[in-house]
Amino acid sequence: MEHLVRFENVGLRYGMGQEVLKDVSFGIAPSSFQFLTGPSGAGKTTLMRLLFLSLKPTRGLITLFGRDVSSLDPDEVAVLRRRIGIVFQDFRLLDHLTTYENVALPLRVLGRDEASYRGEVTELLGWVGLGDRMDVLPPVLSGGEKQRAAIARALIGRPEFLLADEPTGNVDPTLARRLLRLFIELNRTGTSVLLATHDIALMDQYDARRLVIADGRLYVYD
Amino acid sequence: MSTTETAPLATKGAAAPEEAARPAKARAQTSIVPRSTIAGHTLVAVVAIMTFLASLTVGAVMAVRTTAGQWRADVTREVTIQIRAGEPAATDAQVQLAAEIARATPGIAETHILSAEETGRLLEPWLGSGLDLGDLPVPRVVVLKLDGSTPVDFAKLRRTLSDRIPTASLDDHRLWSQRLGAMAEGVMIAGVVLLALVGLATVLSVVFATRAAVATNRAVVEVLHFVGARDGFIAAQFQRHFLKIGAEGGLLGGCAAAAVFGAIIALPRFSVVGDPEDPTFLAWLNPGIWGFVGIACAVAVVAFATALTSRVTVYRTLRTIQ
Repeated sequence: MEHLVRFENVGLRYGMGQEVLKDVSFGIAPSSFQFLTGPSGAGKTTLMRLLFLSLKPTRGLITLFGRDVSSLDPDEVAVLRRRIGIVFQDFRLLDHLTTYENVALPLRVLGRDEASYRGEVTELLGWVGLGDRMDVLPPVLSGGEKQRAAIARALIGRPEFLLADEPTGNVDPTLARRLLRLFIELNRTGTSVLLATHDIALMDQYDARRLVIADGRLYVYD
Repeated sequence: MSTTETAPLATKGAAAPEEAARPAKARAQTSIVPRSTIAGHTLVAVVAIMTFLASLTVGAVMAVRTTAGQWRADVTREVTIQIRAGEPAATDAQVQLAAEIARATPGIAETHILSAEETGRLLEPWLGSGLDLGDLPVPRVVVLKLDGSTPVDFAKLRRTLSDRIPTASLDDHRLWSQRLGAMAEGVMIAGVVLLALVGLATVLSVVFATRAAVATNRAVVEVLHFVGARDGFIAAQFQRHFLKIGAEGGLLGGCAAAAVFGAIIALPRFSVVGDPEDPTFLAWLNPGIWGFVGIACAVAVVAFATALTSRVTVYRTLRTIQ
């Protein structure tokens, strides 16, 4: 089966420092679900940045949707990113845009007319429980609401691959469970999910593949 | 992805179904790059000042060009024959002969022998009034007006005059015409250099303001990258603001410069002491219709240069924050 993502002997170092990722090799299949875990400073965030094309490897090969990422120009990177949904631990919502506008942003950058996506955005906001918070600015939202808005923004473009970096890091255990259910539900509709977390209890709630990073090396537990 | 069957995070009373059922109509969209994060007022002032200076330069250059052209035309439409003073009766005969020779020359429409009074008026600014010119060896002048259609053979006329009247000299004002032409060209070159400097200063101001705007909005730019925005889309978000700033500043500066030239044009009419035949010394600064067209062009160029500079700068800055 063709992988969405393929890492082959990938290594990365910042400047002249030591390698933070060493000989990382793995693949992510379509419609798969996996956790990415490991201690702080082990290289989780670096691996996530490689996955959403914010960094390029210093050695090895990364293919994303069948393309070698080292040969992409900025416009091709933009087009590939439209097939990936990203959820950050710190939400990265734009504070001067309403919840509705933040969620609609990926469609707006495609140049679509606002009237053409309004139904989709309001429906998705309802699905994540923010139907009554559409016109509110992010600073007014609670941590959980911000996280759901960030998830909705990642999902609105119907991505083939969802990357979530510690999406439950800033929410209580009950909401964390509900967010996990949301990701599982999303995976059932065909989206590959990679959920980075160091919350063992959360991982124990769902039997899925685990990618564990330790000292810059990746260990895969299928 | 179907979102209609399950709603894992929806809470009771959520307004989603109601919202979704609303007819889709366009709502006003907030600017992706907040206007407040761009040093708008300062840049509008800088652009306005630069446009004002550029417009003044354009208007002044056009005025000098037009006025110098008119003066050159006036000067070259007229030539004079001077006859050095000698014995009065002989000089009178020489003046009449010079006028006859001139009248017989093709291309001369009219000849006029300046009387003693007219010569006195010409010398008044230097010698004062009430002077008896009879005591001074003042040369006599014959003014020749050209018909403008037939070219005059000045070389032949000069030869004939010097052969028949040794004390006569022909002045076709070529030196003055050349000096006026050189002055107009000098002013044009100075104007172009000034415009280039003003343009450079404007571009540099916009480059710094754009870099500052992108740095302030780095978080916005990163989010736009992550949601798949192309550099062109991001650059357009900044360019829109800078086009508006350029247009505002350009219009302010251009209108101010146009008002200055308007006041100069209107000045002689309201002058209390001014003689309508002898307008104030600033009247020659009328840039004419093409001067005002040039000012309008300067406004448009400044607005588009501002937008284009910001676009190029954003592109270059984005390359560093992929």
